[in-house]
Amino acid sequence: MIKAILIFNNHGKPRLSKFYQRYSEDTQQQIIRETFHLVSKRDENVCNFLEGGLLIGGSDNKLIYRHYATLYFVFCVDSSESELGILDLIQVFVETLDKCFENVCELDLIFHVDKVHNILAEMVMGGMVLETNMNEIVTQIDAQNKLEKSEAGLAGAPARAVSAVKNMNLPEIPRNINIGDISIKVPNLPTFK
Amino acid sequence: MSDVVERTLSALPGLLGQHEPGAGPGGAGGPGRVSASSRLGSLIRSITALTSKHRLMKECMVRLIYCEMLGYESSFGYIHAIKLAQQGNLLEKRVGYLAVSLFLHENHELLLLLVNTVVKDLQSTNLVEVCMALTVVSQIFPREMIPAVLPLIEDKLQHSKEIIRRKAVQALYKFYLIAPNQVQHIHDKFRKALCDRDAGVMAASLHIYLQMIKENSSGYKDLTGSFVTILKQVVGGKLSADFNYHSVPAPWLQIQLLRILGLLGKDDPRTSELMYDVLDESLRRAEINHNITYAILFECVQTIYTIYPKSELLEKAAKCIGKFVLSPKINLKYLGLKVLTYVIQQDPNLALQHQMTIIECLDHPDPIIKRETMNAVFSVGGDVVHSDIPNNFLRLLAEGFDDEKEDHQLRMYAVQSYLALLEEEDKLYPQKFLQVMSWVVGEYFSLVTDVEPEVILTKLHNLLKKTFVTSETKAWIMAAVTKIASHTSCSKTVDELIQELSSSLDTCLRQYAFELKHLCEDKALMKSLLPFDASCSDLVVDASLSFLDGFVAEGLGHGAAPYKPHHQRQEEKLSQEKALNFEPYGLSFASSVSSSGVTGRQSPTGLSFGSDISGNSAETGHKETNTLKLEGVRKLWGKEGYLPKKENKIGKENEQQTVPCESLLAGQVGEPPALQPDQGASLSEEDKEKQQLASTLFIGLGSSAGVSLMGKADTATQKFKRKSKINETQQLNEEALDFQNSAASDFGPLLDTVPINVEDSEGSIHTRLRKVSPCSSDIVEDNLAFETPQSLRKSVLDDRISANRLSQSSLFADSNIEIFQPSPSAQCESASETALVPSLPEELEELPHSEVVRLCQSDALALYLCKVWTDDSLLLIAFVSNETTSALHAVNLVFEETEHVQILESATLQFPVIEAQSVEHCQKCVKMNKVCTKAILPGSVSYQSEMETHLEFSVTLSLMDFIRPMEMTTEDFGKLWLSLSNDVKQNIKMSSCQDSFPAALDALQQKLKLHRVDVIGNEGILACQLLPSVPCLLHCRTHSGMLALWFRSPSAALPDGLLYQCQKVMEESSEQ
Repeated sequence: MIKAILIFNNHGKPRLSKFYQRYSEDTQQQIIRETFHLVSKRDENVCNFLEGGLLIGGSDNKLIYRHYATLYFVFCVDSSESELGILDLIQVFVETLDKCFENVCELDLIFHVDKVHNILAEMVMGGMVLETNMNEIVTQIDAQNKLEKSEAGLAGAPARAVSAVKNMNLPEIPRNINIGDISIKVPNLPTFK
Repeated sequence: MSDVVERTLSALPGLLGQHEPGAGPGGAGGPGRVSASSRLGSLIRSITALTSKHRLMKECMVRLIYCEMLGYESSFGYIHAIKLAQQGNLLEKRVGYLAVSLFLHENHELLLLLVNTVVKDLQSTNLVEVCMALTVVSQIFPREMIPAVLPLIEDKLQHSKEIIRRKAVQALYKFYLIAPNQVQHIHDKFRKALCDRDAGVMAASLHIYLQMIKENSSGYKDLTGSFVTILKQVVGGKLSADFNYHSVPAPWLQIQLLRILGLLGKDDPRTSELMYDVLDESLRRAEINHNITYAILFECVQTIYTIYPKSELLEKAAKCIGKFVLSPKINLKYLGLKVLTYVIQQDPNLALQHQMTIIECLDHPDPIIKRETMNAVFSVGGDVVHSDIPNNFLRLLAEGFDDEKEDHQLRMYAVQSYLALLEEEDKLYPQKFLQVMSWVVGEYFSLVTDVEPEVILTKLHNLLKKTFVTSETKAWIMAAVTKIASHTSCSKTVDELIQELSSSLDTCLRQYAFELKHLCEDKALMKSLLPFDASCSDLVVDASLSFLDGFVAEGLGHGAAPYKPHHQRQEEKLSQEKALNFEPYGLSFASSVSSSGVTGRQSPTGLSFGSDISGNSAETGHKETNTLKLEGVRKLWGKEGYLPKKENKIGKENEQQTVPCESLLAGQVGEPPALQPDQGASLSEEDKEKQQLASTLFIGLGSSAGVSLMGKADTATQKFKRKSKINETQQLNEEALDFQNSAASDFGPLLDTVPINVEDSEGSIHTRLRKVSPCSSDIVEDNLAFETPQSLRKSVLDDRISANRLSQSSLFADSNIEIFQPSPSAQCESASETALVPSLPEELEELPHSEVVRLCQSDALALYLCKVWTDDSLLLIAFVSNETTSALHAVNLVFEETEHVQILESATLQFPVIEAQSVEHCQKCVKMNKVCTKAILPGSVSYQSEMETHLEFSVTLSLMDFIRPMEMTTEDFGKLWLSLSNDVKQNIKMSSCQDSFPAALDALQQKLKLHRVDVIGNEGILACQLLPSVPCLLHCRTHSGMLALWFRSPSAALPDGLLYQCQKVMEESSEQ
């Protein structure tokens, strides 16, 4: 079973967290930090599997992660999941995000938390893999997005802002994107330690 | 809820605008957290102000989700999330549901408010609403409310849309997890889902089945057939291409199915029978080089090793494991090690095959790989495993690698994992493993800071109470307890333990308890005795116990009786006839009187002070301290083979006891320095080191010796090189002396080896001895002295040397193969018989060849045949002699091809005409296709004289005709040995006349055309090849009248064939 799916950037700032097992909010934050510390100090040329992560479940627990540009995608799973299977599932997830957001970047995850969660919900349900076919997932998401189009309004503004930001060719921007500087209404947050 | 909001709001004004840079988003305190962001404050305000306006609420909720993720307190918005889910339009509802599933947990009180909404949405006609409801149900749902929605979800199993059915199945899975009793009645619906026409629904139902089978596999055996059929269809590509991922059909589905099959087939031959075919098929199909196929392969291998074994599949699976382990991709390597850990229990030989990789991985920069490797090493066998493996492992751990930090981590991991293992009460572990555990825990417990020493002590204490723990293991545990106790101020468990064991019936444990008690009274002494992490530092031991002189003098001054050695006392006692006669109870005497001696022997330190037994109680007290001091060293836990150098040191202390052992060691150590130079150059230092590690680590896997010939000896060398102590030369000298001693005491074998080498002035052993030490010249002299009575042997040797000279150009030169030299008398004989003696052409005459034999004859024609053994082929020389006075026409010689042997080029031969009274000859090269001990090559010869005549004949070819010696160095041998997989082992009884190992070796070498690669002590390695180039390696050694032969070859049949020949040779030579 998948216990948690975490996405954070190179500085450990969480960009998405979804827990399929109950942890208190404090523990959740600690898990994110612990996972970041475990994952971030690993070289690029070592394997994508990690054991440990004491908070999330000890020895039975595995962390399977992939590092894409500025983001770490980490799946915390128990021993009943196949490592390589999950590794490819992350790939499917990222490819799906890429398809849905058209060249996905870190900002998409910030401004469309709900969308990302919806995509994830189509793939993983209650901790079990539901769908692994990217086209199928995209079809479902598109069907839902049709609803959204009928509801124009508030959602339109941030979307335009994002597309403007995207045109700035974001990947070239240094990794540390200070959200507060971009004048969009997003909480200005303290640095993550 | 509202009071939370109010409190937060009231706290805001004073805090707005303040930034606390140090406070992380997950910081502990409530107010500090909120103060970190003024924007959160405005968000709160807007949310509370917006309660009636949903439009903006959705946007706020998304932000709240983000804030919650960052760790900010957002409980004030939970109720709004529920409201949004209840009242909003479709889009808002979705956000509401999402927020609820992220904010709340199953037991949250607010969740009850959602139940009604969920029920309503489940009944909705809008697919999206139903989907959302099902999603939230499968994420969080209060257990007590399941009955409210269960019938609705059951209905959804019949829904026309597959996505709905699938989600319904997932929701039911969730219910099964949290309340299995409530879904008991719908098990047959699960079966229906399994047979659903949509593969996605079926895949979802597999989750449930995997879970149920995990809990109770016997209840679902009847479904095995269905699972197998499904897998067969998936593997066979029956699913639509939509399910393909990188052109692999539904890989995740396959993985799931393989897991289920593994669970079902475990320990069940009948069920396993059903899956063999499909597993084979899966293995075969998974060929494309993509991650996901490896995922399937991995599951396949795991399943194959889980279910009832089938050798054919195991073989294939083992090959797959090789693919993983040897893969340059680090992920696959990791998985390979993982599966190796799992598999090694059943097939330790696999570890042997991959030992080089395992050793390399121990050095791997990735700590995860290192850990996994450690597990692989550990899981090797239970008590059956050779004691060297745990010993070597501990050495690796203690000596560490280059990186201090990584060592630290590795040790910490070891301690942690062992403590976790000890956590499980009542679990039986192999004794060796327990010993390793207690050593590691005792040595490195302080690295783990989060566990109290007291807790560890309790665990060890519990372990001591277990009945299955042997007394040897208990000694290890006690040593660990002592070590831990030295680092804690005072411990209740230790006191308890001392109390308990002081009255133990086990003298050894009692002894430990007393030692511990005394030491606990003097902490300072204890600390100095048991320094932390000193397991690798060398210890200077005052073997003469000179520090006790003062004490002894004082004792004597007070009128104590002078010390008498043990045997003297015993003799005195016996002569007095007052004492008990200990004779029949020799063993129990030792253990009861000299508890210190026994402790030493059994303690992990491997030290023995048996000779220091004394009746004087005061003195015993001191001896105790003495033993303990040594114990602080901790590095001598290995009993045999480990750290030979250090053992030698101890050997010096109690020479009387360890003489046999030491001389054995010396025997091994004496030779390597000479071996080193000829190995040297080709292999880099590092590789060599690894190889040595590999062989030492796995000595004794599978069989008792094997690689030890190279391994042990080299380790010894390694030790010398690494430590490069000043006294090295001195020690070498000593060893050489020991070697001499052992030679003197046991000159049987020496006589057989040495004279040959002495005779041959360039003899290798001779020079070796010279190299070992200057004083070894004495040995040579001794050996020369021994040589004289062996004149008979010498003459044999002379013969052999002359034979060598005869055919020096040949490969056979060094291996002294008997070469047939047709004797003049034989020639005369044949001459008298027939006028036409075929003789070999000159160029072949010089090569080793067999006698010319007549195969068939008619009144007109005779066919002779001679085998010529060249270095790279077997030549058959056929002579056709015309015995008539007229010419023979159209002589046709045809060899038939059999499955075993084959004539190269064409198998027929035509002589248009053979003149009267003349001999024609031809040569054919023969190749062995299939190994067999004896092959018959049939053929026929036909000729035209007055009428067509047809003669049948057959040539018998032995396996030995195709065997050639193979020249190689010891090092190459070692490499090749490890790479070969087929091995055959056999013990052959040696008769009395060939009891010496060299004699047996000679016999094998000569008769079987083997190349003698190296001989050390009573072990030898030989190599040969089956033409054209199939190598076969032989490792042989003698022990107690048996000759243990161990063959390895890439060909499966070759070792068997050679073994048969060996047996024949040994039988023959014993008959002589």
